[in-house]
Amino acid sequence: MGSRASTLLREEEIEEIKKETGFSHSQITRLYSRFTSLDKGENGTLSREDFQRIPELAINPLGDRIINAFFPDGEDQVNFRGFMRTLAHFRPVEDNEKNKNLSNTEPLNSRTNKLHFAFQLYDLDRDDKISRDELLQVLRMMVGVNISDEQLGSIADRTIQEADTNGDGCISFTEFIKVLEKVDVEQKMSIRFLH
Amino acid sequence: MYIGLFAQSACNLLCRCLGITFVVWFTILFVIIIVPAVLEVSLGIHRFYIRTLCRVFEWATLQMELSAKQKNRQFSKPHTKGILAKSKPLSVQENMQELRSSAHSRRSEPQFDMGDVIYFCRKGVESIMDDEVTKSFSAQELESWNLLTRSIRRFPHRGLRLTFLWGLGVLIRYGILLPLRVLLAVTGIFLFVILSTSVGFLPNSKFFLGEKVHLMGYRFCVKSLTAFITYHNRKMKLGFAKHSSQKTVGQVHRGLLGMIQRAMVKSSPHIWFERAEVKDRHLVAKRLCDHAADKTKQPILIFPEGTCVNNTSVMMFKKGSFEIGCTIFPVAIKYDFRFGDAYWNSSKFGLVHHLLRIMSSWGLVCSVWYLPPMNREEGEDAVQFAKRVKAALAAQAGLADLTWDGGLKRTKVKDIFKEEQQRLYSEILLRDHQTQKQEKCFEDGTPEED
Repeated sequence: MGSRASTLLREEEIEEIKKETGFSHSQITRLYSRFTSLDKGENGTLSREDFQRIPELAINPLGDRIINAFFPDGEDQVNFRGFMRTLAHFRPVEDNEKNKNLSNTEPLNSRTNKLHFAFQLYDLDRDDKISRDELLQVLRMMVGVNISDEQLGSIADRTIQEADTNGDGCISFTEFIKVLEKVDVEQKMSIRFLH
Repeated sequence: MYIGLFAQSACNLLCRCLGITFVVWFTILFVIIIVPAVLEVSLGIHRFYIRTLCRVFEWATLQMELSAKQKNRQFSKPHTKGILAKSKPLSVQENMQELRSSAHSRRSEPQFDMGDVIYFCRKGVESIMDDEVTKSFSAQELESWNLLTRSIRRFPHRGLRLTFLWGLGVLIRYGILLPLRVLLAVTGIFLFVILSTSVGFLPNSKFFLGEKVHLMGYRFCVKSLTAFITYHNRKMKLGFAKHSSQKTVGQVHRGLLGMIQRAMVKSSPHIWFERAEVKDRHLVAKRLCDHAADKTKQPILIFPEGTCVNNTSVMMFKKGSFEIGCTIFPVAIKYDFRFGDAYWNSSKFGLVHHLLRIMSSWGLVCSVWYLPPMNREEGEDAVQFAKRVKAALAAQAGLADLTWDGGLKRTKVKDIFKEEQQRLYSEILLRDHQTQKQEKCFEDGTPEED
């Protein structure tokens, strides 16, 4: 088909995205114009460089991990559907009242799915487990050069000790959920739009 | 055979009629534009033109809303103010405390929490959805359609009437306005280059004549782009206006602009520099200093952002021009985008293409404010002075005041900022570690000396 990014989004596509992600019509059109303004190559997809061009994201210590979340399974380009699907995790939960999801699948912005997004930031090799190494690497990204290896190591060990209930030395997704059970994830991982 | 003759004479007649109408039309327009320019008389046509266009645009948007409603589709207006609801900006520390206090009231070791990533995660995704810098480097979005082809994409619901209006607009713009402006521009440039170079050969009266030539050149430019400029606070212009021929500091360009630059230098001292040369920067600074110290010379016009931005915000000012230590007369310029977009996205198109774009739009409408002069105060360094001037300009023209560097258009952001974020976060971890250690000591009952 070879659609260029300069074509408008068709109504049918907007409807499909609405059903899948729960965003409203105006939110989808706004995000689409955002998508096209980021798409410097104008080929309808975003690459990692397109994301890294955003200065506020480039200075975020976890910027690379967040960008990675948009590219599933080692692909290099993400199209608008994939872009919206990832952003949908950050929709406020109360917005679900407005458009009832007819299908039985869990909405993308449920608490579990939000936590899964955060879990994937740690899980570098996508094996559904956070190992000590992975935790260390993410910690290193967050603190830079300001904390020594030993201190960082002890922080990591303590964290795993507290979280690991089945004693395998790694943190699984269920254990992760348990650790964060008191955090108000629905509020903290929601981004509100101007109407 | 008769038919042939008839056709031929009809053709001739037609051609002659067309020719006459063209000539008459062009002469009238020429007179209406050139004569007032020379005599500096305003015919009031400009205001009428702008008002009519404004009304047409509003009517057009109304039509589109109506037609969208009829088709039962949603009409989403483009948004110029940003997508996200901004909450109060908190520091990293405050955010972390909020995050953790919701989790647990009293934990034995609040050093690192696995939920800390949520803060960075959310900030990152917010910046993906909307950020100030990327917005400043693309042409501004319009709220209502201005009947130009280039903005047609965002306004899909055009009815028959609007399409007709658009067609009429195309005819007027490309058939009348564009050729006229191109003609003016070409004549202007031609005359300017020739006169400027020849003035350069004259010995002493060089600068006086040079001024005159420059003024003529600028007037031609302004007319060819059909710029409607509204001046505010003209009385502030007093000290400034005595020397209305300006010196400009700018970067060396190639091609058409380079030729114009070289011609300009011959008749009046402008300063051009090579951006990449570091040594050059010092030379320029020295020349600026010398020139400013010399009271008899003319004032200099400087554009301190260092790059073109799209006039919705003011980016960081380069401190070089503020280091000199002389009086600054700030001038704020704000464009009205409905009539024509003056933003030159130099990574997208070159000068000639850009000029053609301007000439085929309705015109350039802008407001110019002259602000009272500012001096560097005691104990203020160049960077702070620059910030102060920037804030004043942004406030006057109603633009967003950004701290980001305009150079981000082409280069990547420096790592220092990322390291700053990492440092702030490490402080939180270490501070908790510190307080936790102290608490342990007090619990043990043995006070330790630090």
